[in-house]
Amino acid sequence: MFVIRCPYCGDRDMVEFTYGGDASKKHPDNIEEPDQAVWQAHVYERDNPRGWHLEWWQHTSGCRSWVKVARNTLTHEIAGTAAADEPLALPVSEDAS
Amino acid sequence: MTRYSVWNLIKGGLTGQRHWSRAWRDPDPKPSYDIIIIGGGGHGLATAHYLSKHHGLRNIAVLEKGWLGGGNVGRNTTIVRSNYLLDANSQFYEKSLKLWEGLSQDLNYNVMFSQRSVINLAHSKPQLDSYARRGNAMRLNGIDSELLDREEVRKLVPLLDFSENARFPVYGGLMQPRGGSARHDAVAWGFARSADAHGVDLIQNCEVTGFKIENGAVTGVETTRGSIGAKKVGLAVAGSTSHVAAMAGLNRLPIESHKLQAMVSEGLKPLVHQVITYGAGHFYISQSDKGGLVFGGDLDGYNSYAQRGNMPLIEHVAAVGMAMMPAIGRIRLLRHWSGIMDMSMDGSPIIGKTPIKGLYLNAGWCYGGFKATPGSGWCFAHTIANDEPHALNERFALNRFATGHLIDERGAGPIPGAH
Repeated sequence: MFVIRCPYCGDRDMVEFTYGGDASKKHPDNIEEPDQAVWQAHVYERDNPRGWHLEWWQHTSGCRSWVKVARNTLTHEIAGTAAADEPLALPVSEDAS
Repeated sequence: MTRYSVWNLIKGGLTGQRHWSRAWRDPDPKPSYDIIIIGGGGHGLATAHYLSKHHGLRNIAVLEKGWLGGGNVGRNTTIVRSNYLLDANSQFYEKSLKLWEGLSQDLNYNVMFSQRSVINLAHSKPQLDSYARRGNAMRLNGIDSELLDREEVRKLVPLLDFSENARFPVYGGLMQPRGGSARHDAVAWGFARSADAHGVDLIQNCEVTGFKIENGAVTGVETTRGSIGAKKVGLAVAGSTSHVAAMAGLNRLPIESHKLQAMVSEGLKPLVHQVITYGAGHFYISQSDKGGLVFGGDLDGYNSYAQRGNMPLIEHVAAVGMAMMPAIGRIRLLRHWSGIMDMSMDGSPIIGKTPIKGLYLNAGWCYGGFKATPGSGWCFAHTIANDEPHALNERFALNRFATGHLIDERGAGPIPGAH
């Protein structure tokens, strides 16, 4: 269990949120001339780190905004959150093993 | 190793049963091996068993970070079935089920495989139609399946909610009579004991910390117990695949790690005689030979490598269980545990070669790893021994995500948490 700080609503229980996956992915540019390797990486490949992970959560039972969260996948510690259009840096990963 | 047999038991009766030897050795790693399997769980140990016993190969080691069978092989709901729709899954899991049927004899170890049948419940007419389609697809692949109507289900499982108040009334179900469950720890121990008896070194407390790769070919691994050479290395570390594969330079696999919880109740007299899955929510239940009800549901829902679960999901699973079988509401929950799943991008596993020569990958098991244990070991052993996948696992190649030959049983798309 953890608490996620929604930039609009404040500290809220995780059950109010729905997970949206890796937030480090960026939609490929240049969709007129699609590059298969770029799209394959975008759609199918993930860093899946054991440690700090930048991810999307939607506040579905609240304001319904998408929130960017820096969370540790091993400890579930949250380093920070930001609105969807704000930058959010991950803490430097120490060796997670 | 002393063979387990009635004769040895009677003989031991005369000497106070003091003649039994330990089940496997505890060797130190040698400087090099022909084949190293990383991961001493069900799949890794099964691979070592089939490599040594069925392919006759020697000079093999299994490296395990913790203790044998401490990961997902001991963190599941022990369900065994092959009731899939798509050919690739159907044929692979049926091979695995056939291996289960002879496993105790093959291993000389009782894995307590019990073919008590698996029943998937249908809660609407269209759902029953889709089960008819799946049942027919199974039959076309030579797999047993029976479509049940409401009364047939009621006869077999009277405890389900057949009242007028049921939110999702039972319309029928699809039954695979040969499905069932097995004793999970015994599976790990049986494979370990057999592999050891055929000369495999099982090395525990030996974590892989790096790979030695020269000219695009693997030449060994670095471990917490020193550097070990190898001509071939097989990766069977589902749950931590991305983490370990990244050490070999295989970054960005089509996998996310999620956690899945399972729960067990206090021990009861025989109550649930089959493996039953709910069709209106994600819930599956069976009863262990000790009497505890073993059940589980959805993933916790977000990337995680923490082997511990959350309370909201337990509440959710319990609620679904109550909707399906109200009688279990007064039973107390005894334990719950969580395992880390390799959730792949199409919900199907990956068994095959990698871009690095001599490095083989066995990963992406999603919810399906336990029932696949013998089949996965069998196919992975074949792939490693021949440097070529078997027909049963060539469709589970890593490059299917590039070629578009996905095996998406649920049609959920590239959202790992949805499979």
